[in-house]
Amino acid sequence: MAEQNFDVIVIGGGPGGYVAAIRAAQLKMKVALVEAEHLGGICLNWGCIPTKALLRSSEVHHLIQHADQFGISVKDVSFDLKKIVERSRGVAKQLSGGIGHLLKKNKVTVFDGYGQLLGKGKVAVNGQSKETISGKHIIIATGARARVLPGLEPDGKLIWTYKEAMVPDTMPKSLLVVGSGAIGIEFASFYRNLGVDVTVAEVVDKVLPVEDDEISAFAHKQFEKQGMKILTGAQVKKLEKGKDNVTAHIEVKGKMQTLTIDRVIMAVGIQANTEKIGLEAVPGVKLDRGHIVTDGYMTTGEQGVYAIGDVAGAPWLAHKASHEGIICVEKIAGMKDVHPMKTSNIPGCTYCTPQVASVGLTEKAAKEAGYDINVGRFPFIGNGKAIALGEPEGMVKTIFDKKTGELLGAHMVGAEVTEMIQGYVVGKTAELTEAEFMHTVFPHPTLSEMMHESVLDAYGRAIHF
Amino acid sequence: MPINVLMPALSPTMTEGNLAKWHVKEGDSVEAGDVIAEIETDKATMEVEAVDEGTVGKILIAGGTEGVAVNTPIAVLLEEGESANDIGDVPAEAAKAAPKKDEAAPKAAAPKAAASAPAPQASAPRGERIFASPLAKRIAAQKGIDLSSVSGSGPRGRIVKADVEGAKAGAVGPARSAVAADVPQGDEQINEFGMIYTAVPNNNIKKITAKRLLESKTTVPHFYLSVEFHIDGLLAARKQINEQAGGAYKLSVNDFIVKACANALQAYPAANTQWTDDAVLQFKHSDISVAVATPNGLITPIVKKAETKGLKQISAEVKELAGKARDGKLKPEEFQGGTFSVSNLGMYGIDDFAAIINPPQSCILAVGAGKQKPYVVNGEVKVGTFMTCTLSTDHRTVDGAVGAEFLQVLKQYIENPVSMLV
Repeated sequence: MAEQNFDVIVIGGGPGGYVAAIRAAQLKMKVALVEAEHLGGICLNWGCIPTKALLRSSEVHHLIQHADQFGISVKDVSFDLKKIVERSRGVAKQLSGGIGHLLKKNKVTVFDGYGQLLGKGKVAVNGQSKETISGKHIIIATGARARVLPGLEPDGKLIWTYKEAMVPDTMPKSLLVVGSGAIGIEFASFYRNLGVDVTVAEVVDKVLPVEDDEISAFAHKQFEKQGMKILTGAQVKKLEKGKDNVTAHIEVKGKMQTLTIDRVIMAVGIQANTEKIGLEAVPGVKLDRGHIVTDGYMTTGEQGVYAIGDVAGAPWLAHKASHEGIICVEKIAGMKDVHPMKTSNIPGCTYCTPQVASVGLTEKAAKEAGYDINVGRFPFIGNGKAIALGEPEGMVKTIFDKKTGELLGAHMVGAEVTEMIQGYVVGKTAELTEAEFMHTVFPHPTLSEMMHESVLDAYGRAIHF
Repeated sequence: MPINVLMPALSPTMTEGNLAKWHVKEGDSVEAGDVIAEIETDKATMEVEAVDEGTVGKILIAGGTEGVAVNTPIAVLLEEGESANDIGDVPAEAAKAAPKKDEAAPKAAAPKAAASAPAPQASAPRGERIFASPLAKRIAAQKGIDLSSVSGSGPRGRIVKADVEGAKAGAVGPARSAVAADVPQGDEQINEFGMIYTAVPNNNIKKITAKRLLESKTTVPHFYLSVEFHIDGLLAARKQINEQAGGAYKLSVNDFIVKACANALQAYPAANTQWTDDAVLQFKHSDISVAVATPNGLITPIVKKAETKGLKQISAEVKELAGKARDGKLKPEEFQGGTFSVSNLGMYGIDDFAAIINPPQSCILAVGAGKQKPYVVNGEVKVGTFMTCTLSTDHRTVDGAVGAEFLQVLKQYIENPVSMLV
């Protein structure tokens, strides 16, 4: 069979890869997408999306338990774990099917199998059948997997990764979550809301390590209020497996303690998938601390080879991967108005209870960078909509450069903040100053009014607090 | 508020055109889309449509006017309920758009006169909207940066924070080669041959300089004349004057050259000229443009009426203008115009070079370094300091003989500096 030729070959069908493929097809390129497991990647199948479905179930459960507060009487509340998991899988399946449809609609040729670079523009597809395809441009979008710490390897039964944690067949009574980043804390919230005795062990001195100190501290208090146990400065030294439980040896601020739990979830970061994809055939592609080194347009040191998404380094976020895919493809197409992404404008969202969302510099980072800053804060308790919703716990914090009025960072914790952060992201991307935010009319009554108030507070002008 | 109808640009390169004909008269009401006038360029005739509805309040430029600069208000449209009385300040505004000149020498913004002369110095068209983010605008205001001199790298060429901080950012970013030599880092890019480079966006000064130099070298017939000046007398005079100044000021060799050129142009006005198709314009004053290298590119601030100024004043002015040029703070009138240019690379040890004429001027003097050389006087070998200067001339106005005669006059002043002091 004649070898198939493409303009662009994308290896990996996650949120980076499939978006790159569709954009390339829109730009009239002939595109191949090589995917071994499932379209939509981890995000859609085993990450962002199915966890949101799980969290929704646990939120509904949580709300019903507090129904009385809203004047609703509900008796005999219980949940069916199997159905919760089934719903989550159903959501993932529905969306993955949707991606297949989108690719077909855009005439992207999808190859089932593992893509392997052979050099000189050739890619081997190792699937049920084996074939070689060639392309002028090859985009590596192979993503990442859970990082494994030596001695704390998951076994899939007692010690889980995100994957097992997403499809439990029975509810553990007690759980240790190792790592309090977005993945760890979301699972901690999910299981805690369904009544599991959850302990979180975080190696640094605060939960949600990348967030603003004040936001982390606020969230920490809320988690503890919900009954979560949190150990910071805690290093898990050893996991001793029993028959149906695990004994964890944890060093907390220099002191050893043990904890026996039913299950452990390891959520200690991720590791790029750079193995078995044929990097040895493209010597120009360099690695730095495990990820592929690229420039602002996602080119590697190898002519015609690009890398996007998790495999190209932090932040490990689906929306960053998608946007990199678009930048990469538009640059390949020779479009003029293509600009490298600014990391400081990439928002991050964590869907624990309460939710956390942020963009840009934390207060500490802004000070360390030498900025003279104005900090604004507005609490949920000062917002009518928040009180009406029964969600009076939370805060919107903004950080401005005193000299120029640049919004350096925005940090939020509380109900629905993940849906609000984009307001600040748009403003930050457009390089608005405090003046434009102040002149913007925010609708009443909404939670978003707090975004306005926080900006006003940064200049001592908050109205409702 | 009355709406100004501006002279449209029919193509991206159009700088002026002829207003061939009006299809409306004052008092006519127009709808958006109505044809109101015809504009002619050397390439095409196009119809101008009204963008807004209203009444033609005033026609500012009559039909049949040639050489109307793009963006000049050509008429005023009144909205409903407005009368001609509302126009009041509009023509004033239009007048403001023309360069402020207290002297003669009308420039292209005044449509009728000197229609065929190319616009002397193309800065960013005035009154045109500059797209910049609010943050970039504020930082530019704080730093005193003129946004029209900044080139935007944001979406659709919008000026963003990084552009106004450009100078600072450009200075940083050296050797980061620690990781891997052949992988682009940060802002670096890689081309189809695997060569790593950084794209430094062209600012407006660079773009305009590039355009004008290309235009000069391709459309002006350059002619070159080199001459050697014996400058021991000049150096001695300079030393003496500077010593007497006791640090109050310090004249440079270049200050003497500027002054010598100014005086020579007065003594020999045929070199103080500009070519137009209809006539050679001979200027009254010696306005000497001095080429200054700045971080943003080459710019030529002007010592005006240099023949009327003493060496001390010229020296002070050049210093001030060069400083402003490096800080990007020159006002348009400080670098637009000029009748003769001086470019000095002597401080870099360059012996001699030929400069590109700064149109529409006719001459530019390229000044090399002063060097000691043996020379023969009355059969005796002596050592003297000599400096080679090359005059580039526009052969249409300053031909070989005219240029040579001018250099003879200039030689008199440079070699006998006392004559400048008179």
